[in-house]
Amino acid sequence: MTASISLNFTPQVEYLLRIADTCLILGQRLGEWCGHAPVLEEDIALTNVALDLIGQTRALLTRAGQIEHQGSGRSDGPYDEDQLAFLRDERDYRNLTMAELPRGDFAFTVLRNLVLGTWLKLHWDRLQQSSDAELAAIAGKAVKEARYHQQHAADWLVRLADGTDESRRRVEKALAELWRFVPEMFAADAIDDAAVASGLGPARSALREAWQAEIAAVFDAARLAAPAEAAFRSTGTLGVHSEHLGRMLAEMQFLQRSFPGGAW
Amino acid sequence: MSEVNLEWPLWEVFVRTKAGLDHKHCGSLHAADPKMAIQLARDVYTRRQEGCSVWVVRSDQIVASDPGDKAMYFDPMEDKVYRHPSFYKLPSEVDHM
Repeated sequence: MTASISLNFTPQVEYLLRIADTCLILGQRLGEWCGHAPVLEEDIALTNVALDLIGQTRALLTRAGQIEHQGSGRSDGPYDEDQLAFLRDERDYRNLTMAELPRGDFAFTVLRNLVLGTWLKLHWDRLQQSSDAELAAIAGKAVKEARYHQQHAADWLVRLADGTDESRRRVEKALAELWRFVPEMFAADAIDDAAVASGLGPARSALREAWQAEIAAVFDAARLAAPAEAAFRSTGTLGVHSEHLGRMLAEMQFLQRSFPGGAW
Repeated sequence: MSEVNLEWPLWEVFVRTKAGLDHKHCGSLHAADPKMAIQLARDVYTRRQEGCSVWVVRSDQIVASDPGDKAMYFDPMEDKVYRHPSFYKLPSEVDHM
C-alpha cells in the first residue's frame, strides 16, 4: 500500500483544488453511467462529458501541484496529477459536496450537470483573465467544453420537464434533493478573498447572480421554479464531506494504492 | 388516448471533415428531435476531430432507389465506355486532369 501524501495548503492551492476536485469527482460520477445510460448515443455523450472533466482535472491538478511545491519546502519534485488525484486522504479533497452525491437516476444527473456545469462554465469564463498565465490558458480551452456541457444538460432538462408525467416527476424530485447543496456553491471565505486579491480567479459568491440568471432562463423554458434556499450548508470545499465520498475514493484509489505508479 | 411512439426516429448523419470539402454520410443514430440529433451526432461521430460541420436528416425523409430496380437502373451503363471522357487527346500542358 502507498501512504497518503500530505499537502501544504496555501489559499492558492485550496482555490485550485476546489475547482479541480469538483471536476474530478463529477467526472468520476459521470463515468458510472458508462454502459448504463438510457440510450447508446447518450451513453457516449455522457462519457464524453466525463472525459472532458477528467481532462480539465489533469491540467488543474498539474498546476496545483506546481504551486503547492513552491511553498512546501520539500526538496523532491512537485506532486503530479496522479499523486494528487489518487493519494490524498478524503479530508484533503476540496470538491463541492454536490459533485460527490451518488449517481441517481437520469433526471438527477441531468439537473446536477446543469447546475454544476453552469457553475464551472462561469468559472472558466472568468479564469481566462487569471493573473496565472497557465491557469488562463487551461480556462481558454476548458470554457469551450463547458459551454457544450451546459447546453447539452439544459436541453435535456427542458425535454424531461416537458416530457411525460413520469419524467417531470423525476425532475421535480431531483430538484428537491439537489437544491440544498446549492448554497455551498456561492459561499464566501478567506480563500476566495485571497484569490480575488491576487487576481488568481473570481470569488464563488461573485458568480451567484450570473448563475441564477442562466439557470432561471432554463427553468423558465422547463416551467420549473427554483425551491427556496435551504438553511443547510454543505462543506465539501472545506474538506468535510458526505458519507458518499469515502466509498467513491476507495474504489477510485484502490489501483494506485495497491500498484503504485501502475500504468497501462 | 393517442399512441405514443416509444422508439425515437432514426437520423442519417453527414460530416464535413474540413472547410471546402463536402459533407459525407458517416452513419445514423436515434434522437428525439433535431437539436438532440445534432448534439448526439457531434458526440458519436466527431469525438476524434473528424469534422467541422454536421448535417442530420430524418432517415424517413430520404427517398432511395429500389434495390429491385438495380438491373434496370444501373446495369445498362456497364458497356458504354464511350461515356467516359477518355477518348480525347489532351495537350501535354494540361498534364494531370
